[in-house]
Amino acid sequence: MKAAKFDYIQAGSVDEVVDALAKGDGEAIIIAGGQTLMPMLSMRLARPETVIDINRIPELSGIAVDGDEVVIKACTRQATALASAEIQRHLPLLAKAIAYVGHQQTRNRGTIGGSLSHADPASEIPLTALTMDARVRLRSVAGIREVAMADYFLGPMMTARADNEILLSVHFPLPPTGSRTGTAFHEVSERRGDFAVVAAAALIVLDGNGVCSRVALGIGGADGVPKRITGLEDKLRGGKIDPDAIQAAMGEVAATLAPGSDQHAGADYRRRVAGKLAERALIDALTDALLEAENE
Amino acid sequence: MSKRNISVTINGSVYTRQVEPRLSLSDFLRGEQNLHGTHIGCEHGVCGACSILLDGVPIRACLMLAVQADGQELTTVEGLSQDDGTPGLLQDAFQDAHGMQCGYCTPGMLISAQALLADNNDPSLDEIKDAIGGNLCRCTGYVQIIEAIQLAATRLREAG
Ligand code: FES
Ligand code: FES
Repeated sequence: MKAAKFDYIQAGSVDEVVDALAKGDGEAIIIAGGQTLMPMLSMRLARPETVIDINRIPELSGIAVDGDEVVIKACTRQATALASAEIQRHLPLLAKAIAYVGHQQTRNRGTIGGSLSHADPASEIPLTALTMDARVRLRSVAGIREVAMADYFLGPMMTARADNEILLSVHFPLPPTGSRTGTAFHEVSERRGDFAVVAAAALIVLDGNGVCSRVALGIGGADGVPKRITGLEDKLRGGKIDPDAIQAAMGEVAATLAPGSDQHAGADYRRRVAGKLAERALIDALTDALLEAENE
Repeated sequence: MSKRNISVTINGSVYTRQVEPRLSLSDFLRGEQNLHGTHIGCEHGVCGACSILLDGVPIRACLMLAVQADGQELTTVEGLSQDDGTPGLLQDAFQDAHGMQCGYCTPGMLISAQALLADNNDPSLDEIKDAIGGNLCRCTGYVQIIEAIQLAATRLREAG
């Protein structure tokens, strides 16, 4: 199908974007990489009056370490993030996750901020941001605010970002110095590059004495939003972590998730795969953290 | 909803056109430029038949608006031929290895392969599969497509 008519603004600055969003009063929509919005426009699932193009705003792309966090600007391409030495070095979990995102044609246009804004429940970047306790910075004419990932995902393709706000950047905290961090990302999808049927992201931080000071397990594709398995995290945090302890806490995964059924997989299958991938991700993250300890 | 002026370089020549903002880049190439080599399979970013190169990197032309291409450089499958219009090295390899059945997916496959071979003239099987991972072939002739890309790579290496 073909998109319905709309007006087009090629914005030159963020100021221009927030003004146009305010003027659009809910009928204006931002286009970044277009990898999700363009199909929605062609299928007329979205019929905005105005499309605001943010692709040519220099202040919206880039990856930088800033104090104790890594900041990724919204319009940074997924292909740029995949090739980024900064992300490889500082955000290994994100690097592992991005390797599963899309195909070369979609990564060359698709952006980090676009993926976070559309918030497909099976998409890898939102899941990773949630698992890493990232925050997004949003701006409207009223000003700037920050939202933690824990409060950001409201439902399938629904987030806390208001219609008059633009997502400026996502902020990933760096692990505390002196700790060893292990990460792992696993997913099951129909073809490589497709959205996950189910995905699991795990991050384990060991302190100087080998005690688990932080653990995060996120599951995507098995609920309306990406989910942290906080019950499991509470059980594992603060103690010695080993495969037996992980095994003993696994029941929390199925208890936390309410997967749906669709043409890709049934709810039962999703629940079982989520359990398996979660276990694999935690064991691999632990191995990764211990390996880092040996290399010190 | 007024039309916009755009100026794009397509296969080496500059064109200035007026387009409606809602016109996709794939419809622009086919409908306004008569470049029918860019195929449209799904129109929503699933099949890869509409792949083209944007400033040298592969993208899906159905997932971009024509207005967004203003000032940029595009290569369509027509741009892969030699200057006299005869098939280029990659296209020859597809013909010789019979890397197509109905040919519908072929332009997209050629663009993905072109992007791969531009940085790597000795790709592994996995690298080839990864490069064409975003291109669907409904005739499912993937084996011969892969062989065609391998043949092109061999010829590129021989040509130095
Ligand atoms: S027509 Fe563009 S991806 Fe199918
Ligand atoms: S040759 Fe027919 S779709 Fe690929």
